[in-house]
Amino acid sequence: MEFKDTQAIYIQIADYICEQILLTKWQPEERIPSVRELAVSLEVNPNTVMRTCELLQQQEIIYNKRGIGYFISADAMKKIKQFKKDTFISNELPSFFRSMYLLDLDLDELKPHFEKFKKSNFN
Amino acid sequence: MINIQSLTFSYRKNKPLFENLQLRLEAGHIYGLLGKNGAGKSTLLKQMAGLLFPDSGTCEVMGYPSAKRQPAFLREIFLVPEEFYLPKVSVKRYVGTYAPFYPNFDEGAFYKYLKEFEIPKDQQLTEMSYGQKKKVLISFALATNTKVLIMDEPTNGLDIPSKSQFRKVIAAAVSEEKCIVISTHQVRDLDNLIDSIVIIDGHKIIFREDVQTVTDKLSFKTVSRIEESTDILFADSNLRGHTIITRNAGNEQSKIDMELLFNAILTNHKPIQEIFN
Repeated sequence: MEFKDTQAIYIQIADYICEQILLTKWQPEERIPSVRELAVSLEVNPNTVMRTCELLQQQEIIYNKRGIGYFISADAMKKIKQFKKDTFISNELPSFFRSMYLLDLDLDELKPHFEKFKKSNFN
Repeated sequence: MINIQSLTFSYRKNKPLFENLQLRLEAGHIYGLLGKNGAGKSTLLKQMAGLLFPDSGTCEVMGYPSAKRQPAFLREIFLVPEEFYLPKVSVKRYVGTYAPFYPNFDEGAFYKYLKEFEIPKDQQLTEMSYGQKKKVLISFALATNTKVLIMDEPTNGLDIPSKSQFRKVIAAAVSEEKCIVISTHQVRDLDNLIDSIVIIDGHKIIFREDVQTVTDKLSFKTVSRIEESTDILFADSNLRGHTIITRNAGNEQSKIDMELLFNAILTNHKPIQEIFN
């Protein structure tokens, strides 16, 4: 895995795990690789992976079965979307809103752009 | 695990290398020891391993004064030095001779590491290249399963694929009971493994913090333009823009840039240290 310089490693690993779930490579109620296995394959400190698991557990995307390991929650997909929504709103929206404000753009003005974007990309 | 108190040491009279040096290291971590050439990194590692003795002060490892070199201490510590000598024997003979000193030596693990590093086990040690010898020594060090593992510039001389293999075997070696200390100039080889940073400069330890604490308190980012309002602790400018360190005011989760942090601590120590106090 190629890490970017822009974000903390433990969050990049969380994104990687979420991606595996969204791509259905890892299924709900399945056990994810152990902290040690992940640390070795990603070449990072196991403490970093521990921090990732704590974060994902907090978001209820994975849960811990004592002595066995971490498992993917039944509604992990829904939780990931919620989690991503929250990070989008707190991380990406502010600079987006700032540009809108500086350019005197109104939310209603954007609506047709958004509709057009959805049509051309996801239909 | 390692407790150094008021350590003073010099190789020559009136030229102290360490003066009243203090350092405590705990198990369960990988410490990255950083410092300029000649700052005393290797000397400090040798003090820990009981290969050099304090002029005054103490260096204790697992409660044993390392200078006493008691067997119970020596069997739980391994140092991979930067420069080393290996005898003119086969790998097998080497293990037969040296492994008995380490009661937790795992022979199976040793040959597994050698295989990962692609080292032929029937070869004479003296017929190997520097990098190959180093891999034998690193494999041996990991297989001893000592509680304290010290490595001086371990990635020096390793080729590109071996650096990745090295990171994998170190990630696998970490445990709650183990304390791993690595000195390095090549921080980019190891920056995702090191979880605590120790910086030595001017006879002392001038910085020692968890990576997590560092990124909680400081932000590392690249910007195209430095705005006058930002309170910059350190900046390094290049063609891509400016890589800067600022105080982490909000909950920014940036990735630590160890080289930048090292340069920042050496040039602008006081204001940065105050953020951590």
